[in-house]
Amino acid sequence: MISTAQTAPRAEAPTAGTLWDPAFLAQLRRDMVRFAQLQLRDPAGAEDAVQEALAAALSGQGRFSGQAALKTWVFAILKNKIVDTLRLRQRMATITPLVADDKDEEDDFAVLFNTRGHWRAEDRPHAWGDPETTLAQQQFWAVFEACLTRLPDSVARVFMMREFLDFDTPGICQELAITTSHCHVILHRARMRLRLCLEQRWFTTEAHPC
Amino acid sequence: MLTCHHVTHLLSEAQDRPLSWRERIPLTIHLLMCPGCNNFRQQMTFLRQATRQYAQGQADCTDSKPPPD
Repeated sequence: MISTAQTAPRAEAPTAGTLWDPAFLAQLRRDMVRFAQLQLRDPAGAEDAVQEALAAALSGQGRFSGQAALKTWVFAILKNKIVDTLRLRQRMATITPLVADDKDEEDDFAVLFNTRGHWRAEDRPHAWGDPETTLAQQQFWAVFEACLTRLPDSVARVFMMREFLDFDTPGICQELAITTSHCHVILHRARMRLRLCLEQRWFTTEAHPC
Repeated sequence: MLTCHHVTHLLSEAQDRPLSWRERIPLTIHLLMCPGCNNFRQQMTFLRQATRQYAQGQADCTDSKPPPD
């Protein structure tokens, strides 16, 4: 007898668009691992944080209206796991202390400016166009991640604590035992590097098909 | 007179703390005259917007469904 299964899917089978859709969960996990890896810079530690966050989030998945809501919630949990891991590392002193090498780095950026401290013509920042258009393009996010990955570890740690983990600068100073002015210098360094990277790798090329 | 180099520091710090009026007045005057620093200011805003969106896991193409076979 010929089965009619293809015309009558079983009610409990996962369908695209639901929270249990395997393709959605696999993609979500990959996004989480990349996010954790960017900040922890340690594949095993990133994997652990993601497993814990996913388990915690999915045990209460019935509360979510859709995939986007679940994803936001899972990422919020993941951020807490990352903070826990960073704090543990700080206590165990397994991360290299931040060293004050401000002078060298400032000299790197000095080449962007003329002797009067103004932008050199070829290094003057360009207009980046409509942010919404850019942020809606998947390829942009690949470039964005690549630029974040290129940040030196100590700069990345401070920048991501500020921007991803919602620490304020006094909070970062306290966690990492650095001064406020050093914190501001590091955040400036991160933003200067990121904007240069994005300008070179995304905004100076013409077509970006989605 | 502020230099553009100094302005990049102020615009970065403005993302992290409120600037004092002693900082804001020369900064505003500089931005009136300097298109490069104005673009830099908008780039700082863009970076904040991008990192916020990324950290919520919403860094997707708006149309991220795989193409039909």
